[in-house]
Amino acid sequence: MKKYVKDLSVKAVEVPHEAYVLLKLTDREPLPECVPGQFVEVKVEGSPQTFLRRPISINYVDREKNELWLLIKKVGEGTHKLAELKVGDTLNLVFPLGNGFSPAGRQGEKVLLVGGGVGVAPLLDYGKYLKEHGAEPVFLLGARSKSDLLEQELFNAIAPVYVTTEDGSEGEKGFVTQHSLLKKETFDRISVCGPKPMMVSVARYAKATGTPCEVSLENMMACGLGACLCCVEKTVKGNVCVCKEGPVFDINDLTWEM
Amino acid sequence: MTASGTFGYGVEFADFVNLEEIGGIIVKGTTLHAREGNDYPRMVETASGMLNCVGLQNKGVDYFCEHIYPEIKDIKTNMIVNVSGSSLEDYAACAARVNELEHIPAIELNISCPNVKQGGMAFGVTTEGAAAVVRAVREVYDKTLIVKLSPNVTSISDIALAVEDAGADAVSLINTLMGMVIDIEKRKPVLSIATGGMSGPAVKPVAVRCVWQVAKAVNIPVVGLGGIMNANDAIEFFLAGASAIEIGTANFIDPAVTVKVAQGIDDWLDRHGCKSVGEIVGQLNA
Repeated sequence: MKKYVKDLSVKAVEVPHEAYVLLKLTDREPLPECVPGQFVEVKVEGSPQTFLRRPISINYVDREKNELWLLIKKVGEGTHKLAELKVGDTLNLVFPLGNGFSPAGRQGEKVLLVGGGVGVAPLLDYGKYLKEHGAEPVFLLGARSKSDLLEQELFNAIAPVYVTTEDGSEGEKGFVTQHSLLKKETFDRISVCGPKPMMVSVARYAKATGTPCEVSLENMMACGLGACLCCVEKTVKGNVCVCKEGPVFDINDLTWEM
Repeated sequence: MTASGTFGYGVEFADFVNLEEIGGIIVKGTTLHAREGNDYPRMVETASGMLNCVGLQNKGVDYFCEHIYPEIKDIKTNMIVNVSGSSLEDYAACAARVNELEHIPAIELNISCPNVKQGGMAFGVTTEGAAAVVRAVREVYDKTLIVKLSPNVTSISDIALAVEDAGADAVSLINTLMGMVIDIEKRKPVLSIATGGMSGPAVKPVAVRCVWQVAKAVNIPVVGLGGIMNANDAIEFFLAGASAIEIGTANFIDPAVTVKVAQGIDDWLDRHGCKSVGEIVGQLNA
């Protein structure tokens, strides 16, 4: 898939929560082809401490409106700077990068999409894609608290959504792996994106139930192109670049303790 | 040219630049045997730069010759292999293997990697060690031999003189500066092996100084690198005495930076009535 370096313009800035920002980007030309689960490397202007680009997963691609969405959690100076962007500003992106989630399988395939925190971002695009390709996605989304749940109405518009919060302010109280859904239903496969402890526990559940499972990693990156070999993850094939071979990995290829 | 370890084998950047517009592509550090490299985390950002401790991850010279070389040999630029090792025998055997490759006109001998326990920089920090590696490789390698020098030494000019005397055709400098970043909450170094090699614009003044010192000391060409982000940075290196430059870390920020710098150098030369880079090499006003 051809990669580009492009200046996109900010069409809308939404603040779903004080700790997050949603940037809707557009371009005069049709946006390049990309697949759910891929990411972009964003250049942050005006932040001397932010030397490298920031890898951000693609939240959603709206082909009709020619929009690419980035859902960003404000963590450090770079992401705070990105949150200051205004409508009409430009943002320089290298994209699309990485492998993305698995393509849709047979019709009616039941796919559980598990997201935690800002890790829900790429699952929106993937869920929409799966639905459009005849699969039956189900979302299981976890957050600290009700106010940390992002894009709920958009997820709801695609497929059933099950929620856990650590404080019980929405959905079931606890972690995603404690949700009653997992005791009641089985799935053909699982895709996960979120904090590593959450992904490890979902991977354990998958392994225990014999369900195929893929996880999206977010190791620290520099180039995003597989050139610098900084973002490696230990796999059964040795150290491989998360930016190029990943970010999505089959859990059987990883060396996690499961 | 592109600096080793920052541009893969070139093909990773083919969507962004016409590789044949680049003077040379110095591919990832290659060793006699495959190396897994160091554990993650291997990279940390710093103000105007970054540190890495990749540790020469590569699949070994045989894999390079059999699987990568056929993919890159017809790219019409100078494809140069960066050769590293942990013993004189390894360096020589790896270089000898690359010597057989028709479309590899030169090697860059890495005697300055700060991220591997044995070898690497150990050879590059003494005049005797540096000369010994160059002599061993010179015996088996008859094409252009560039030697990449470490700035982590007391006198980089002395090392440069030693490798010139041992048969190097050119020197390139600087490799990364050894550094360290600490996570103050965990009270632990961020990088998996504690230290790493620092690169990016933060190291540029050190690199320019090293190039200036070495260019005055030796008679062989000097290739300058270290934090070059744009054409003006490149011109500084030429004025300091470099007759060619490498672009490294900047490739991570702008994958098309190489051709932009090349164009910017041409524009600068035009504006100053110069016909070629050669006219400004080492031409500092007194």
